Amino acid sequence: MSNKTEWRSFVDGHWNDDVNVRDFIQRNYTPYDGDEEFLEGSTEATDKLWGRLQELQKAERENGGVLDMETEVVSGVTAYGPGYIDEKLKDLEQVVGIQTDKPLKRAFMPYGGIKMAEEACKTYGYEPSEKLHEIFTKYHKTHNQAVFDAYTPEMRAARHSHIVTGLPDTYGRGRIVGDYRRVALYGIDFLIQKKEEDKANCGNGTMTEKVVRLREEIAEQIKALHQIKAMAESYGYDISGPAKNAKEAVQWLYFGYLAAIKSQNGAAMSVGRISTFLDIYIERDLKEGTLTEKEAQELIDHLVMKFRMVKFARIPSYNELFSGDPVWATLEVAGTGMDGRSMVTKNDFRFLHTLENMGPAPEPNLTVLYTKRLPENFKKYAAKISVETSSIQYENDDVMRPVWGDDYSICCCVSATQTGKEMQFFGARANLAKALLYAINGGKDEKFRDKVTGKHMQVGPEFAPITSDVLDYDEVVKKYDVTLDWLAGLYVNILNLIQYMHDKYYYEAAEMALIDTDVRRTFATGIAGFSHVVDSLSAIKYAKVTAIRDEEGVTTDFKIEGDFPKYGNDDERADKIAVDLLKKFMAKIKKNETYRDSEPTTSILTITSNVVYGKATGALPDGREAFKPFAPGANPAYGAEQNGLLASLNSVAKLPYEYALDGISNTQTINPGALGHSDEERSEKLVTVLDGYFAQGAHHLNVNVFGVDKLKDAMEHPEKPEYANFTIRVSGYAVKFIDLTREQQLDVISRTCHERLA
Amino acid sequence: MNGFVHSIESFGSVDGPGIRFVIFLNGCKMRCQYCHNPDTWKCNVGDEMSADELIEKALRYRPYWGTEGGITVSGGEALLQIDFVLELFSKAKKMGISTCLDTSANPFSRDDAFIKKFDSLMAVTDLVLLDIKHIDSECHKKLTGQDNANILDCARYLSDINKPVWIRHVLVPEVTDDDNMLRRTREFIDTLKNVERVEVLPYHTLGVFKWEELGIPYKLEGINPPTKERIENAKSILGAN
Repeated sequence: MSNKTEWRSFVDGHWNDDVNVRDFIQRNYTPYDGDEEFLEGSTEATDKLWGRLQELQKAERENGGVLDMETEVVSGVTAYGPGYIDEKLKDLEQVVGIQTDKPLKRAFMPYGGIKMAEEACKTYGYEPSEKLHEIFTKYHKTHNQAVFDAYTPEMRAARHSHIVTGLPDTYGRGRIVGDYRRVALYGIDFLIQKKEEDKANCGNGTMTEKVVRLREEIAEQIKALHQIKAMAESYGYDISGPAKNAKEAVQWLYFGYLAAIKSQNGAAMSVGRISTFLDIYIERDLKEGTLTEKEAQELIDHLVMKFRMVKFARIPSYNELFSGDPVWATLEVAGTGMDGRSMVTKNDFRFLHTLENMGPAPEPNLTVLYTKRLPENFKKYAAKISVETSSIQYENDDVMRPVWGDDYSICCCVSATQTGKEMQFFGARANLAKALLYAINGGKDEKFRDKVTGKHMQVGPEFAPITSDVLDYDEVVKKYDVTLDWLAGLYVNILNLIQYMHDKYYYEAAEMALIDTDVRRTFATGIAGFSHVVDSLSAIKYAKVTAIRDEEGVTTDFKIEGDFPKYGNDDERADKIAVDLLKKFMAKIKKNETYRDSEPTTSILTITSNVVYGKATGALPDGREAFKPFAPGANPAYGAEQNGLLASLNSVAKLPYEYALDGISNTQTINPGALGHSDEERSEKLVTVLDGYFAQGAHHLNVNVFGVDKLKDAMEHPEKPEYANFTIRVSGYAVKFIDLTREQQLDVISRTCHERLA
Repeated sequence: MNGFVHSIESFGSVDGPGIRFVIFLNGCKMRCQYCHNPDTWKCNVGDEMSADELIEKALRYRPYWGTEGGITVSGGEALLQIDFVLELFSKAKKMGISTCLDTSANPFSRDDAFIKKFDSLMAVTDLVLLDIKHIDSECHKKLTGQDNANILDCARYLSDINKPVWIRHVLVPEVTDDDNMLRRTREFIDTLKNVERVEVLPYHTLGVFKWEELGIPYKLEGINPPTKERIENAKSILGAN
């Protein structure tokens, strides 16, 4: 394919003939190791639009969290005509396109589950359409219904007791990142042509189940590509060919993403690694003199503004899991190439600079792919933005690059995926802390009761419970091992069932159209309650733990005598238990067959669901009280860290990423006063912390820089204007603090804030 | 020999250059009214640890130290365990670790036995963080229960041997936040030729709960942390960073 006008002055390569964005990037990007001096402030248009959007966000908050909702139109790529932030300001928008016909209006998306779509409407006072109800209950099945049709009683019980929970059976699985850059680089027609070729070459005529399914899926993808083109046309753009300049590249790319968020309401709808790619177009325009730096920044500001507007209609139980209305429009900057060159471009500065031009914000979920070898200027600038806004996260490029190459995206909070080459079966998490109690109680749940007998519910297999008063480490470990075997098997099978139904009833055609047909699939399991299991096992091993049982003989509390090493202090005794636990769980997951030959992975990552999981789980041998929140992600338990931030980081850094390829999330809050005397000093010290942490092979770090006082004040006075955009990092994403439930706010406040009394 | 250790902090970022591993030793004779670590006053209590043990622990944090960081010994009053600190710093220096001593200099004296040890210690100390609690002798007594003559003498001594020093001054409204006193402090600092940096540490109340736990009456009840303006004022008078 030759597109001499659109591709003028680009270095040719494999990318000219095949869809290969990585090749294009590597041949054409310009690394930048200078500082931030070149950056430009916001334009008048940006200020106006952002001002308007903030008014709308304020109205949304005052309206109980939702500004407007659709009840009559089923969302889809072409469900609506064009929409703008403000009809009167639409000429100012450098990047156009919104999910529905009005800004922040939430679409009606029934395919994941008509029940949930209707519940979301009712929750916010909207009456769902009777006609649509009839269609999606009588004539068309939805994902949620299909899953529940097929669940076994054991699966339902495990779900009910929250030993596995947060499952994508009541919401879209998300986590599929279309390679939206392809729309810009190739235009839709070429992509259709390539998919047509794939379809022609799919199977040899023997219609096995696999071939039939793939042929149908490719057909769906092609349909979606045509729809994307039609949607763009409604905004006055012909995207059949490649983008000619930076403005078009940004717009074309965004149309690809917009198609995804119009057709899917997955838990995570990530944008991907677009920064370096777009820089190539901006650099070309700057050189040709058709774009100024001010205009380039405006383009990025407006694109980011669009990512800040993504909204879905959610139900209360979803909001409890993932608090604060997140969408994980995750977007990466920095990283290094396989050839060792830094992939930091000026555009990576521009994306971070949006947090200065338009203030802090939780979306897009800005992620710095970090390595010590990044240009010092960039590291310092990123740290400065962290110190000022607490809005970005860091992930270790040095541990991810060997596994995923140099063109991976983050497809949710922290999980890597090869852009355009992979998709992921997201599968929430298993509650390993509750599993420990099942091991002690012979599979009986410590909280939930059988509806018929009124006694503790038998959820796991009925093996012999532990009957001794003082817990014996070896006995507990042996029983825990058997319990985890059962749990891993059940968990994988639940997910197999869910993913099957999701493919069948809620296939992500628009996203998959921008991914290679020959896609690699990962199967993402997860762990909740991690640090509590570690400390509990340590307590049983090093202190004296006595079981306290109720009248049914079920252990509901523990007496702990003596001291024991805790995870989070760089103490090898506890940290080894942590490493072993992760390896053990992963090995058990791998024993099971996973859907569509996907590759199983796991994560130690809870999002804000640590509160919900904790709520469903009884007292633990580490001293955590019944029904209190777990520590989030891979964080040490509250109060366990006795030796400061770095000791805590060192413990987490010991967890081998190879065993948790879906990610190991760590969230730390540092008091500004404990980080340094001035902002400059704080930035420098933060860089040193990041260098040290990631040099040890750690995977991820959320960095918050503020004091507890600020959180408390924001909780009590959410109306203060300075808190409207007050953003904090929680496990795996950023959120506006005042949008969290009070329960979540208290949880955040109670976590260790590193502020030494010095 | 072993030291009596109160606690360690892996992430000391305001205790000398860079990021530092801070060892808090037990024992102090000063009774500063604003002390936020009154639980470190008692001598000969706490975890007994050898220099080797501490260095082994500290080395776990070397990846975070960059080119500037290292270890800081604080307290309590570190100089009360001068033999131990000397052993610790000597070993650290051999391994190329930057050493920093955080002291109030209250145990300082010019008598032969002490100064001999002190000289050896200074030979393996890269930087001294020296607290000047109050420039005025009477006020100092009132604030800390101790005289400041030997403390100021220590500052002069360090200047004479040209040992790099950071002067630290805790700013407490009504107690040390007085322009006149601050100016006198500045005049004194200006006579020293080894001061690399002056730090104003704003008084905070984060340690008050410890006084309550220990059942010691807290004398600064009702005094709030200084305002931003007063902090800036003190910084400007003292020539602080």
